[in-house]
Amino acid sequence: MLLIHCPYCAMERPEIEFRHAGEAHVARAPDPSQLDDETWAEFLYFRSNPKGVHAERWRHVHGCGRFFNALRDTVSDRLLVTYKAGEVRPELPPQEHSR
Amino acid sequence: MASVDAAVSAGGGRDAGALVRAAAPAARFVFRGRDAAVATVASALGTPLSLEPCRASQSVGRIALWLGPDEWLLIAPRSEGGLVASVLAKALGGVPHALVDVSDRNSALIVSGPAVEDVLSAGCPLDLDQAAFPVGMCTRTLFAKAEIVLWRTAPAEFRVEVARSFLPYVEGVLAVAVRDGG
Ligand SMILES: [Zn+2]
Repeated sequence: MLLIHCPYCAMERPEIEFRHAGEAHVARAPDPSQLDDETWAEFLYFRSNPKGVHAERWRHVHGCGRFFNALRDTVSDRLLVTYKAGEVRPELPPQEHSR
Repeated sequence: MASVDAAVSAGGGRDAGALVRAAAPAARFVFRGRDAAVATVASALGTPLSLEPCRASQSVGRIALWLGPDEWLLIAPRSEGGLVASVLAKALGGVPHALVDVSDRNSALIVSGPAVEDVLSAGCPLDLDQAAFPVGMCTRTLFAKAEIVLWRTAPAEFRVEVARSFLPYVEGVLAVAVRDGG
């Protein structure tokens, strides 16, 4: 089982307490009615799906209940860093994302 | 993990290393709010609310368990429920907040004894060693398939808050864990 650091509880907690909640930093347009269909579809359905470091939302659903963000390496399944919702995506030291 | 060598005898009984009993009837409230509301509740309740994650505070029988960065479970003796509700509602009058009476949503069990860590570990994925889960720590977590709020009240005693409908299930899993020695 993975141990995931919850930035609100400020401790590592077992994976079973968490839920994955999709890609992070996907911003909704302030006025969707101004978008053409292609841009709206892009927002709704298309995600980056990288091989390597991926920014994603997680929720500590059976703990503090809060959503937060994580950088996870999709190759190794290692959670590299977690940070609170609303914070900017942190820069990783070069050695931490070798892929 | 604590040693249970001498504490648990097969088949449980008098020598069992852990004991499960019902907690005294309680009034409960889930409070959510920001700084101003937190200060208001603390002074109205007579108990400071922990701002440190996963920590409990209590005073004169009134308990505040940190559940999230803006969320606490408040517990008081059942007989004080009406009083606490009206005092809090009155004090919070002009302050944005959420206060929900959940007295009858939960029941609580007190699990105690030398094998308490092993018995709870039968269903709880957290490290319950005192170094990782000291006295005064509280958190929402899982016990088998039920969500609970777990609070370590003493080195060998925990309070388990559980949704009333899950109580027979949690009691059942605990009974098996006690019988099997954790
Ligand atoms: Zn948390």
